[in-house]
Amino acid sequence: MKYLMLIYGNEQIWNSLPAGDLSTLIGEVDAFNEALRASGELVESQGLVSRPRSVRMVGDAPVVTDGPYLEAKEYVGSYFVVDVDSEERALEIARSYPALRFGSGPSGGGLEVWPLMTGTGGDL
Amino acid sequence: MRRYGDFTRAEDAVQEAMITAVEAWRADGVPEHPAGWLRTVAARRYVDQVRADAARQRREHAVLDATPRDALIAPPPDAEPPRDDLLELLFLCCHPALGPSAQVALTLRAVGGLTTPEIAAAFLVPEKTMGQRIVRAKQRLREAGARFDLPPEPERGPRLAAVRHVLYLIFNEGYAASSGPALRRVDLTGQAIRLTRRLHRRLPGDGEVAGLLALMLLTEARGPARTGPEGDLVPLAEQDRTRWDRTAIAEGVALVTRALSTAPVGPYQVQAAIAAVHAEASSTEDTDWPQVLALYELLERLAPGPAVTLNRAVALGMVRGPRAGLDLLHELADGPLAGHHRLLAVRAHLLERAGEPAAAARAWREAARLAGSLPERRFLVRQAARLS
Repeated sequence: MKYLMLIYGNEQIWNSLPAGDLSTLIGEVDAFNEALRASGELVESQGLVSRPRSVRMVGDAPVVTDGPYLEAKEYVGSYFVVDVDSEERALEIARSYPALRFGSGPSGGGLEVWPLMTGTGGDL
Repeated sequence: MRRYGDFTRAEDAVQEAMITAVEAWRADGVPEHPAGWLRTVAARRYVDQVRADAARQRREHAVLDATPRDALIAPPPDAEPPRDDLLELLFLCCHPALGPSAQVALTLRAVGGLTTPEIAAAFLVPEKTMGQRIVRAKQRLREAGARFDLPPEPERGPRLAAVRHVLYLIFNEGYAASSGPALRRVDLTGQAIRLTRRLHRRLPGDGEVAGLLALMLLTEARGPARTGPEGDLVPLAEQDRTRWDRTAIAEGVALVTRALSTAPVGPYQVQAAIAAVHAEASSTEDTDWPQVLALYELLERLAPGPAVTLNRAVALGMVRGPRAGLDLLHELADGPLAGHHRLLAVRAHLLERAGEPAAAARAWREAARLAGSLPERRFLVRQAARLS
């Protein structure tokens, strides 16, 4: 089963981290990715450049504007996709994401775990 | 690769050609058509290699010819028959130290003979991910001290159950993938049937292996009828049964009939028997629903689970009316299927038959929202739209 992990960040949290903490964290995230790659569970992993554009219909024409679709302090900073044996395993991976401890409360960063829809169908 | 079909050799030849190129181009400059040059050199290197390998083989044969005849001829009749490693290999690949996805990958690689890229394509993951999964699985087996032999008698039952389950998973993955807009990938159902057939030949007295093979054949027989012209799913009740594969059905029915009369009954045999009842009916109305219901009751005793109860609710709805089916669904309301699209779809179907179109439409829509697969979602959305 494949799951999309959306990693939310918060500019304020990142900017307030001391340099030492930041490099420790980067090392931990690298190790986290490497462990998932080595187990054969990581499908892909990408960071997102924080320069999103939104495209929406205004009247009957699509209009491009700067900024994310929803105005919020939190933004999607990166994502990864895992292919695992169970939802429990997906949640275990999410819980062990190293940057999680720097976000707490409603304004902190966090992860969203989304099951990916398959293109396959069972018997009806 | 395309010209010669031998992957390892072709890779080696291309590598050799690259080395030659670096040397030659440094001396003489880059040729006018570098790619063509490389292809020509690679092809020559390939032929060289085949010749070298053939020469080595001739040398080996010469050694063989020099070996005393009696060291080569068949062993005396009281010795062991020639070995078939199928069982040992399956037990190893489905070792309990591995998770299901690793067991499946290793079985397809080591027993099914699929390449890593083929397995990766079948499960829609990058080749690297699948390669790593197989490497990790082999590593796990080493760490667990897994051995290439038959497990001791008391372990054999549960280990064989794990093997059957892995074959079942492979079949299901392939069967689900053969519908809908997804292009048909590697033929996993065919692989699963071939492997189960080999296992059945090796263990003809195992009723559950026979039951599993029968279940696969009877399910696959419906394959051609269960997708519409646009790749949409066609439910059992609406399938054109003349398109079912009668040869596969006959084989499946014979297998399950024999197994049920000779071996202790088990869940795969009962599921195959249910599939056989459907296969032998010319329509939903003609189906022997009391027998389907009785078989689901038996299955629930042998292997209880919410999915079995859900299917029993469908059968109960056919035998004793939709209200009886809906009542049974209440038992599942707090279980692991609560909020699952299948449960909602069955409820919708029963509500519709009970004459409550508005409630049915709501349930179809809710089922559509929660469906985990695109073809199923499309089917459910259409069901909802039909009623509103």
